[in-house]
Amino acid sequence: MNGMLVELKNIRKFFPGVRALDGVSLCLEKGRVHALMGENGAGKSTLMKCLFGLYHPDEGEIVIENVSHHYLANPKAAMDAGISMIHQELHPVKTRNVMENVWMGRVPCKKIAGINWIEKKNMHRQTLELFRELDIHLDPDCMVRDLSVSQCQLIEIAKAVSINAKVIIMDEPTSSLTDAETKLLFDIIQKLIGQGRSVIYISHKIDEILAISHDVSIMRDGKMTGTWPSGELTENLIINRMVGRDLADRFPPRRHTSGGVSMSVSNFCSANPASFQTINFDLRRGEILGIGGLVGSQRTELVESLFGLRRLKSGSVTINGKKVKIRGPLAAIKNGLALLTEDRRGSGIIPGLSLIENTVVANQAAYTKKYAVGGFFISAKKKKADAEKYIDVFSIKTPSVRQEIQYLSGGNQQKVLLGRWILTEPEILLLDEPTRGIDIGAKFEIYSLMEQLASEGKSIIMISSEMPELIGMSDRILVMYSGRLSGIVNRDEATEERIMYYASADRGGAEREAFHENA
Amino acid sequence: MKTLDSFTKFFFKNVIYFVMLIIIIVISVLSPGFLSLGVMRDILMQSSVRIIVAMGCMFILVIGSADLSGGRMVGFTGVIAGTLAQQSAYFLKYWAGLPELPVIVPLLVSMAIGACIGGINGLVVSKLKVNAFLATLGTQLILYGFTNLYMARPPNNSQPLGGFLPEFTRLGMGDVFNIPFILMIAVVCMVFVWVLQTKTNYGHQLFIVGGSREAARVSGINIFRVEFTAFLLAGLFYGLAGALEAARCGSAGSNFGNGYELDAIASCIVGGCSLNGGVGSVVGVFAGVLIFNLINYGFTFIGVNSYWQFVFKGAIIIIAVAIDVRKYASKS
Repeated sequence: MNGMLVELKNIRKFFPGVRALDGVSLCLEKGRVHALMGENGAGKSTLMKCLFGLYHPDEGEIVIENVSHHYLANPKAAMDAGISMIHQELHPVKTRNVMENVWMGRVPCKKIAGINWIEKKNMHRQTLELFRELDIHLDPDCMVRDLSVSQCQLIEIAKAVSINAKVIIMDEPTSSLTDAETKLLFDIIQKLIGQGRSVIYISHKIDEILAISHDVSIMRDGKMTGTWPSGELTENLIINRMVGRDLADRFPPRRHTSGGVSMSVSNFCSANPASFQTINFDLRRGEILGIGGLVGSQRTELVESLFGLRRLKSGSVTINGKKVKIRGPLAAIKNGLALLTEDRRGSGIIPGLSLIENTVVANQAAYTKKYAVGGFFISAKKKKADAEKYIDVFSIKTPSVRQEIQYLSGGNQQKVLLGRWILTEPEILLLDEPTRGIDIGAKFEIYSLMEQLASEGKSIIMISSEMPELIGMSDRILVMYSGRLSGIVNRDEATEERIMYYASADRGGAEREAFHENA
Repeated sequence: MKTLDSFTKFFFKNVIYFVMLIIIIVISVLSPGFLSLGVMRDILMQSSVRIIVAMGCMFILVIGSADLSGGRMVGFTGVIAGTLAQQSAYFLKYWAGLPELPVIVPLLVSMAIGACIGGINGLVVSKLKVNAFLATLGTQLILYGFTNLYMARPPNNSQPLGGFLPEFTRLGMGDVFNIPFILMIAVVCMVFVWVLQTKTNYGHQLFIVGGSREAARVSGINIFRVEFTAFLLAGLFYGLAGALEAARCGSAGSNFGNGYELDAIASCIVGGCSLNGGVGSVVGVFAGVLIFNLINYGFTFIGVNSYWQFVFKGAIIIIAVAIDVRKYASKS
């Protein structure tokens, strides 16, 4: 093949219970920026990890400059083959300095008597040269622990570029960069393709993609939808091909209606000055209130504080007209709150325990009180019955209630967790990224459950980073920017542009809300 | 405000040296004879073997792993070195037919055995992926068993070993120009570790693996090789410490080296290593060892009930870790 730098042919990769990549092919030409798009969970990062040797594909072929590989053994092999990668999740070694982080594993050395001696001066000089070339202003001797996230990202970019690879994979490189730094990255990319190198660029930001890429490949549900020259694409076309169906079909029909105020939050300020400040809003019965904003806008911190997990400086919560003090999760549960956390694996499921235990864990107190023999023992029969009930109601796919939860797919785990909280009979559900990392079909089922709960008169707060989900599910959307309530968008005026308008700067939503209250 | 801030920073960064200074001042005020070259020499001499064990332990802590086998490894290698260093005339000579060997032989054999056991630890932890805490707990028990089995063989019949060659004991007790040999060896070890950790590529990789395994992995560092070598080097130091401890004591018994691993871990932590890995310096660890021996020796010197040592040591460990946690908290 002429000019083809990398060809991925028919790559398949299975994880327990998930078909992550289902016969994906991709061709990368020399000197091009090739964008890779798709919704969360579409398989972009998995595909790139196969190319970088972090995963071994189960089937398929990787051809790099006409050399065919079944798989690349490890990142070292990938780097030797001319591939480098900027990872979505950063791994800075905070206890070492900037230059050691840039040259990690490839420190300039001189071999004397069989020992590789570090050439510190040389390393310092090379770091300065690299930074000058890339227009990065960082002190090579600075400890990485003293740097901001975006500065760590710059180190990561410098590192990937310095490997002198022919292909540089960039997995969401701008997620924590400022506008000026993003511009810097684009200049670097131009320089790289000028040198005949190629870039695979993963991003959710469509305007970025249209601005810098030559070709756009779009993935959906572990399959490749197709590749188009970016000149032929528009924002709408991209969204359409990513989603693969109309927005209307992705969400259940809306039946719920909002009632009176169930919870109002006023002047909520975190004890951490870098977190959220002066948040005011009302939540209604039978309402789905979305919370949008970029990563780092302190949305999770806000709902965790509502649930009593974080300390407050000031602020009050009124539930059903009564002022409540929530000092911890137990108090939150008693006041009818439930929190589905963002990190399903970390703070959601309890691996090693059965579905039964996972379902009833938030409701232990009720079991001893109501169903126990002599108020001491827990009724195993009752627990099993409860777990079975939710397996039935939510159509959770599992061989048995005794199955350990980690063997279920992400969507089914999430349904078990929803069941766990509904058992506590909450009035207000706080759902933090409820559909993260689960496939489209399971998403629809979660949406249907939310719809059903709302039409039963429960109030739902849903944090989501996925615009279509926010717009498709929410009655109103609070948009946060760096700890402030930047704006509130009603369902009838909700568009991605409008949400981004509020998410990209503080638009003074707190005042706006106050104005509405008075009117 | 600014100067106060930078002072607190300076204080917390160097807190261990302040503590050392305070201990020395308090003890020498109570008993002025403490501040003499002879006393300092004794303390350094007592610290020497502990320094070598701590140097080994430091490799393990820097990569964020754990090693509980150090103490028993000192015991096992010490006993073996002892049996190779006995005089022919000694009536309970363990290897009766063995000629009197040059001193270097028991030393090298002891180091080689230590390195082998360390290497096995490394394989079990890094290849078989057995949790390091448990793997080395296992090694510890196995070694204790072997030490006793070895000692029980006739003609020894579990007697403590004695009758060492005078050259061998001189290694542990003798000196040149009033500088103990054993201290010189400890200093050489410290310089070796310092050079290895700060000047070589392997040192760089040690700290990267300890700082973030994931970062090391995506940077193409061979994590297995780094971990395996760290355990091997640790074993080498434990072996050296074992032979020297036997030489210093002039005898060796089956309970030799008991608890040294915990003392070493404590010294490293007090000296600025973290159980999370990725940090540590030779100078800090040296100070950590010295603090504990200052307390040991100093308290006896001023006639405090020796059990107060434990109270103080325990408190220092807790405070050191509490400060360490604060250091990490201020980062995020």
